[in-house]
Amino acid sequence: MIFPFEIPLLLLLLVTAAGAILVKDLMSAVLLLGTYSFFLSLVWGWFGAVDVAFVEAVVGAGLGTVLFLLTLFGTAPKDTRLHRPPPSLLTLIVFPLLGFLLLYAASDLPEFRDPSSPASVHISPTYLEQSYQDTHTPNVVTAVLMDYRSLDTMVETVVIFAAGIACILLLRRQVK
Amino acid sequence: MIRQHDSIIVHTLGRFVIPVVQIFGLYVLFFGQYGPGGGFVGGVILGSSMILSVLIFGHDASRSQIVKKALHADGVGLLIFAGVGGLCMIGGGEFLNYANLEIPGLETASRRSLGIVLTQIGVAVDVAVTAISIVFSLSAEEIIEDSING
Repeated sequence: MIFPFEIPLLLLLLVTAAGAILVKDLMSAVLLLGTYSFFLSLVWGWFGAVDVAFVEAVVGAGLGTVLFLLTLFGTAPKDTRLHRPPPSLLTLIVFPLLGFLLLYAASDLPEFRDPSSPASVHISPTYLEQSYQDTHTPNVVTAVLMDYRSLDTMVETVVIFAAGIACILLLRRQVK
Repeated sequence: MIRQHDSIIVHTLGRFVIPVVQIFGLYVLFFGQYGPGGGFVGGVILGSSMILSVLIFGHDASRSQIVKKALHADGVGLLIFAGVGGLCMIGGGEFLNYANLEIPGLETASRRSLGIVLTQIGVAVDVAVTAISIVFSLSAEEIIEDSING
């Protein structure tokens, strides 16, 4: 019998996510969030989305944690404990309802790895069949991102550039 | 302002790890056509290696000077990406249609492959510089004005 490693993985995901919310110290919350990103990247890898898993591991678990920690050291060097008020009655009613609605909607999604799902029959077969002849690029994801959808990727790069400029402008300290 | 870390273990490990991370970043960047990876992840890994060197050796170390110089390259990545698109238009085609890159001796599919490599380099430069500049603006008081004004 093959050990179903998905169940401990999803369990760890839930535990780290709950821990990042419930923990009393900001530093621990940041580190737990990094752990959560790492387990999430394992889940992406399990789904076969290796490129997404790569980005999640590098950005979520690596760079994001560093940025959070630098912000933490820059703002509250001494007291990083959280004072969290108890959730209101509205929160307790609305969020379980929202979660139930999302789960209800998720039951209508097509089966995982279903070859006749709408996403798999529209344009994906064309990409899979022709991308190597067209671009000599074995990785179909790269071929789609950088060649067929290169204008989208360029605007994405513009967004990253704009975000960097905005961070510099907003976080700039005044020099005397 | 980040000062030099005072532990010798961190220093020795940093000297060993940072080049490995940089080589791995370049590998991910240029291997993105054959396996998982690509410009975005490669750029973030390259940027993280430079951030690591700043965190370990401090802002004033000699090996952080090149990281400070890298801040000037903000926008160069976007310029590379859009420049490739412009070259395609000069070649007589649509914007970012790599088949119109004017390189003699290459067939259409190889031209598109080359265009993918060039634009991935552009994305990587853009992402790496953005990551470094965000870390610098989060951590330094006057380092950015210093490096820009002189």
